[in-house]
Amino acid sequence: MYSNKFSRLVLGLYGRKRSSVCGAVQSAAGRSGFSWTAVCKQRSLRLQRSSCPEVQHHALSSQISTRSASQTTVDPDEVRRFQSLASKWWDEQGEFAALHAMNDLRVPFIRDNLLNVHRARHPGKPLAGLRILDVGCGGGLLTEPLGRLGANVLGIDPVEDSICTAQLHASYDPDLRDCVSYQACTLEELSAEGEEEQGAGHFDAVVASEVVEHLADLETFAFCCSHVVKPGGSLFITTINKTNLSYALGIVVAEQLLRIVPSGTHDWEKFISPVELERLLESNGFSVQSVQGMLYNPVSGAWSWTNSTAINYALHAVKLRDDPQPDQAEESSPHPEDHTAATHS
Amino acid sequence: MHKLSKAALACNGLGRCFITEKHVSAVKIIRRGLVCAEHGDDSGKNDVYDVIISGGGMVGSAMACSLGMDPNLMGKKILLLEAGNKKVMDKVPDIYSTRVSSISPGSATLLSGIGAWEHITEMRCKPYKRMQVWDACSDALITFDKENLQDEMAYIVENDIVVAALTKQLHSLSDNVQVKYRSKVVKYRWPMPHHTADSIPWVQVTLASGQTLQTKLLIGADGPNSMVRRELGIPTVKWNYDQSAVVAVLHLSEPTENNVAWQRFLPTGPIAMLPLSDTESSLVWSTSHRLAEELLELDEESFVDAINSAFWNNENQSELIETAGSLFRGALSTIMPSAGSPRQLPPSVAGIGPKTRVMFPLGMGHASEYIRHRVALIGDAAHRVHPLAGQGANLGFGDVASLTQLLSQAAFNGKDLGAMQHLLEYETERQRHNLPMMAAIDLMKRLYSTNSVPVVLLRTLGLQATNMLPALKEQIIAFASK
Repeated sequence: MYSNKFSRLVLGLYGRKRSSVCGAVQSAAGRSGFSWTAVCKQRSLRLQRSSCPEVQHHALSSQISTRSASQTTVDPDEVRRFQSLASKWWDEQGEFAALHAMNDLRVPFIRDNLLNVHRARHPGKPLAGLRILDVGCGGGLLTEPLGRLGANVLGIDPVEDSICTAQLHASYDPDLRDCVSYQACTLEELSAEGEEEQGAGHFDAVVASEVVEHLADLETFAFCCSHVVKPGGSLFITTINKTNLSYALGIVVAEQLLRIVPSGTHDWEKFISPVELERLLESNGFSVQSVQGMLYNPVSGAWSWTNSTAINYALHAVKLRDDPQPDQAEESSPHPEDHTAATHS
Repeated sequence: MHKLSKAALACNGLGRCFITEKHVSAVKIIRRGLVCAEHGDDSGKNDVYDVIISGGGMVGSAMACSLGMDPNLMGKKILLLEAGNKKVMDKVPDIYSTRVSSISPGSATLLSGIGAWEHITEMRCKPYKRMQVWDACSDALITFDKENLQDEMAYIVENDIVVAALTKQLHSLSDNVQVKYRSKVVKYRWPMPHHTADSIPWVQVTLASGQTLQTKLLIGADGPNSMVRRELGIPTVKWNYDQSAVVAVLHLSEPTENNVAWQRFLPTGPIAMLPLSDTESSLVWSTSHRLAEELLELDEESFVDAINSAFWNNENQSELIETAGSLFRGALSTIMPSAGSPRQLPPSVAGIGPKTRVMFPLGMGHASEYIRHRVALIGDAAHRVHPLAGQGANLGFGDVASLTQLLSQAAFNGKDLGAMQHLLEYETERQRHNLPMMAAIDLMKRLYSTNSVPVVLLRTLGLQATNMLPALKEQIIAFASK
């Protein structure tokens, strides 16, 4: 019973994301549905394009034009589907209960670490004046609390349905309208876009919560994070460790023995240990400040901090200030690694 | 799909010049769902309050002040709705009001934290250092005091003074808390627990003026006959005691220090004399409806006689209980010679304040739930007690302190103030405190409503034993002072 629930939890997050995507693809076959695998495949292509802004720009604008052309009439079924998706994401006791509950840890974790750096006091809006990027925001579960704390948050997610859900949910709350915005895109696209528009490195913090365990190319991810975050800005990551325990609970128990999730849903190889993540981030100009273990109690449905990082953990890193060209972000390639990353892919 | 969400946003005031004719049908669909409350009223599209408090009595006003002063809730839109007029008190009236509350040190701490206690002490309040409770059917008595009369046990404050102090404080907080006086709520509309296509996620409050307001959290502080509770259909455990309370302002026959609260249990109900000043006290006499009506009709002199005899008369005492009681007391005092405290006699009453005699029915009620999605009940709306322990207002102020602390934390964690999680914490925390208190008060009431010999004997011995156990008494005081 316990292990059942527990492994469900370990796997749950990916399973959910995946199923929502799959659902979208099935019910809307032929439309502009995305899937993670597709995203991952496209990612490398996009990255190549990113060195060639014009091509990408063209690709994006053509995407937009086809989309609006095919959607001049509104399908009432879509309204309903939307709403059902929204109620799924935002049901605190439902499928995403563990993610909702995780806010009790991750919001204070982000808030307190940011307050340590940014000493300005804004009573009622502790994070006022900060720009935060929420990578893989889903339905906006973490984006909204950060917005309520006064931060200017941009949530991005490649799954368009999730973005629409998040937009719809935030639109009800007038306090969030000014603080929270969403964009259906990948981090790479945003990073590339940033070069053309506002310039790279304009976020005070980047948050990637329960995201990196789904990524194919962590090297690119780390590089893009470093690209969009300001020097001295923070990166917050929560994810699952790559340990025997997470393998036993996540893959063997959940997939092969109990079959809670279809076999092959999870790729343990994509999980990453704190040490590995730390090395990766440090090689991309970050300095890791703290790593803390998180433990979910499936009975009470609450998360708590723990010393062990064996399963879930949260990480805070700061982008080093001695960046080669911190102020000349307009340049297409402020990092020497940019070329390598592009050519490697 | 993308366009659709844009249209939804447009309706809510984000996108502006987006809506072309093509989209009108879609817009209509969404309008029905999202903005139906905006028809026919002047509430702007941004008129979503963070908190609306319904009811500006002592507890509701304290809630509004408390939220308005919390640093974590700075910038939140808070609104207090009160059906009555603004109660400004430029000058303290010469005549004492009959409706008074016993304010425990815990409640005084809350009130001083929100800046209202200062105003109260400037106006008037009377601390008492001792409480004596005794039985009409025996000599048994119990006294409560704090460390040799050094500290105040509690304060007797007129309800009007508390409200006036809070009103004054609210006025100074007008940047943080908006107050609408003379506004009567005619309708509440509750949100669905989850988003559905045609519902607004907030609580909607329709006023008699026709205005409709929306709020993320509604706090019901609208008294024992709470409309919020009724409209939510929250079941309430309640019973009438078949009792009424007669209240009056008493003039004492001679000035005394008057720092003791007196309460005697008569078979018909408890009678209490609470100090207001050196020469005046407040009467709360709970008794049967019939007797209460009789008391109200008596001429002043006979009424005063009735009060004095209620405190002094020994006609209900039986010899058997007398003997058993004194034997038990004798036995206890040999074991613990120092414990217990001597009997004191209440001051005698000379007259009553003009036109101060009023009666009202008594009852007990407890809402089985204090919260629903985006709603919380506080004060008498959630729980109503017999006045015999003087805890009614204190339980309400306790709710205010607890809910403020939880909402403040929720805001600091970026949560939606109407979310269930912290509201559930509020309910658990308060029910854990309120239920034992209510059960104790109700038990006391029942125990003392009879003069059957075994029960009288039991309570006589129980009261005497409790009186001899300082540790137990301290526990009782500590629990009641929260």
